[in-house]
Amino acid sequence: MDIQFTEEQELLRSSVQRLLRDQYDFDARRKIVASEEGFSRKQWQAFADLGLLAAPFSEDVGGLGGSALSTMIIMQEFGRHLVVEPFIETVVLAGSLLQQAGPREQSYIADIMSGTKVWALAWTEKSSRFDLASVATTARREGKDYVLTGEKTAVIAAPWADYLIVSARTSGQRNDRDGVSLFVVDRRGANLDLQSFRTIDGRRAAEVALRGVRGALLGREGEGVVALEACRDRAIGALCAEAVGAMAELNSATLEYSKTRKQFGTTIGSFQVLQHRMVDMFIAHQEALSLMQHLTLSLGTAEPVSRLASGAKSKVGYAGKFIADQAVQLHGGMGMTDELNVGHYFKRISSINIQFGDPAFHVLRYAQLDAAA
Amino acid sequence: MELALSSEDAAFRDEVRAFIAQNYPAEMRVANPETDLSKEQMLLWHRILHKKGWIAPLWPREYGGPGWSITRRFIFEQETTRAGTMPPLAFSVTMVGPVIYTFGNEAQKTRFLPRILSGEDWWCQGYSEPGSGSDLATVRTKAVRDGDHYIVNGHKTWTTLAQHADWIFCLVRTDPNARPPSGISFLLIDIKSPGVTVRPIITIDGSHEVNDVFLEDVRVPVENLIGEENKGWTYAKFLLGNERTGMAGIGRSTRYIEKLKKVVKAEIPEDDPAHLEFVRDIARVELDVLALEATELRVVAQMARGIDPGPAASLFKIRGTEIFQDITELTHRAIGNYGLAIREHPVSANRFMPGPDYGHTASEKYLNSRKLSIYGGSNEIQRNIIAKAVLGL
Repeated sequence: MDIQFTEEQELLRSSVQRLLRDQYDFDARRKIVASEEGFSRKQWQAFADLGLLAAPFSEDVGGLGGSALSTMIIMQEFGRHLVVEPFIETVVLAGSLLQQAGPREQSYIADIMSGTKVWALAWTEKSSRFDLASVATTARREGKDYVLTGEKTAVIAAPWADYLIVSARTSGQRNDRDGVSLFVVDRRGANLDLQSFRTIDGRRAAEVALRGVRGALLGREGEGVVALEACRDRAIGALCAEAVGAMAELNSATLEYSKTRKQFGTTIGSFQVLQHRMVDMFIAHQEALSLMQHLTLSLGTAEPVSRLASGAKSKVGYAGKFIADQAVQLHGGMGMTDELNVGHYFKRISSINIQFGDPAFHVLRYAQLDAAA
Repeated sequence: MELALSSEDAAFRDEVRAFIAQNYPAEMRVANPETDLSKEQMLLWHRILHKKGWIAPLWPREYGGPGWSITRRFIFEQETTRAGTMPPLAFSVTMVGPVIYTFGNEAQKTRFLPRILSGEDWWCQGYSEPGSGSDLATVRTKAVRDGDHYIVNGHKTWTTLAQHADWIFCLVRTDPNARPPSGISFLLIDIKSPGVTVRPIITIDGSHEVNDVFLEDVRVPVENLIGEENKGWTYAKFLLGNERTGMAGIGRSTRYIEKLKKVVKAEIPEDDPAHLEFVRDIARVELDVLALEATELRVVAQMARGIDPGPAASLFKIRGTEIFQDITELTHRAIGNYGLAIREHPVSANRFMPGPDYGHTASEKYLNSRKLSIYGGSNEIQRNIIAKAVLGL
């Protein structure tokens, strides 16, 4: 099941690697995170110029047709460099929802691929936890548009976005799977308020208040949950690839440190207890990598993938948590500092483990989807 | 679980409980006291305890301690940690104070002890160095004798709250040719001395608790040497023994479990399958606390009978820190999507923080508690101690 990259994919990978090596080292990232806006429009444009923002889109909408595999390649490298720019939010989440919705949304996709517009997905609410169907926000038809009222919470990248895709209820009760619809909303439009905050992993997010905001229906009315589920599967693929990239960096940093850090007259890597710990970190990464690749390949087929996506989110999540914990522990006090990158990988992995559901949520979903099958 | 108390000790417990309830300053009850209080605020409770004569439970009566039995000391610790009061300044009262009254000369005792008790002097610890973490005996900070001064050069790190400190007690190398741990001396240094630079280290939770301390040609009077030159390791080991007591952190864990239960109740409806999972995880960590508390009570009872607990402190440190890490992790998980948010430091009410109040410190507590298994002798080192001293391996 090992993925053999084609020449084209190899080229994509090496060009992403080169770009990030030249322009996105840890110091550059620190400056971006500390900047007023919190992400780099210049970097975003560089991603667009390299074709990264067009890579996963199919050729019929003007993309490069790289699908989930190109997303995987990009996200693994982004994970290694802790890239904060909203690739998942814009390209994977909004991009796939727009593409699914049909040809009407073509111009939005063109603006994503050119790097002109940034998107965010607003699905979480105060009480929704990780349930896509738990939607209290409502949408009422008015002419050819809808008017949205409600509150969305912890919307990652909302402060950066030009457009939001918002889930809102057009019928039914709060937890019904049916009756949720998706809407495109102008983030700077009337009656929409943002309260921005920083996330643990150096991004920006916002609480979004919709007080009668005009939105255009995306896809079919009442079928938003089904669309979001497919979108989540792809997001999980991207997040797992990013986590696996971060885990690889943590493992190599820890291994390197253990070979140079001396205590008690010898390198700490010579202590058996730490050797075994690092072997377990290695195994955890290998397993996570394998399952992530398995998921990526399945995302490109017509087979149902939700169960595998949940399984991977859980397994990769626990593996990432273990590796991140131990990488900090083995770096000692240094692992606790803001100055060293190790703690920042820890925080990104912690954040990935919340997005779209934590490992405990997904292991249960994995079991339930089996029972349902 | 309670220690079986005599009626006198039970009355003492009630007195302590009532004193805390009546006197603990309301302004110290902030979201995260460890990082949110100013120096002045941290000292409020210290001064109240000093006035009451309760600031240094460990100290003998002749130096200003209350003269409590082991049982009463334990009761006091239990009541204060359960109530969530800020502990007395650890590096001053628990660490350097006992070193001074045990190994210092009369002049040092007279000069330093009263100011430690009153809170006039704030002490920090100059032990760790960039190359000396778990292996403290290899400290490289040098002190060279020059008439009636030492000239000190070196770099200390992870120095907790050095930004507030008046004094730093340091392990310094006075004999460069001696094999570690020989050749180390224990020196008291006025942190305002020329040549001392304190530089903040920001940790992954965004807070400023620890610092680098650079010592550059710092002149320290010879009278600030504790005990004998080159015998500092003996005093340092004595002090590290003190650092590990109270590490079980039963009171703190119990309080944070109560908070966790409130978060779960508010955030996760009972018909959510995650609810049962949290109920089970909380029960498991409660049992961990119960078992550790029972172990602590057993050790306290033995100590009261004059039995040396030996390396029991290592067990408390390992389990106490692991348990607290579990609790902070569960709390961070329980707040769901709000776990993505983190307060910015220095903390200000003007900065927006999403979600309910009880979740506002969950992210930083989760991140900050990663340090617990690293500092004060990493948990790997503690396991080595038990393997060697208890199991004889």
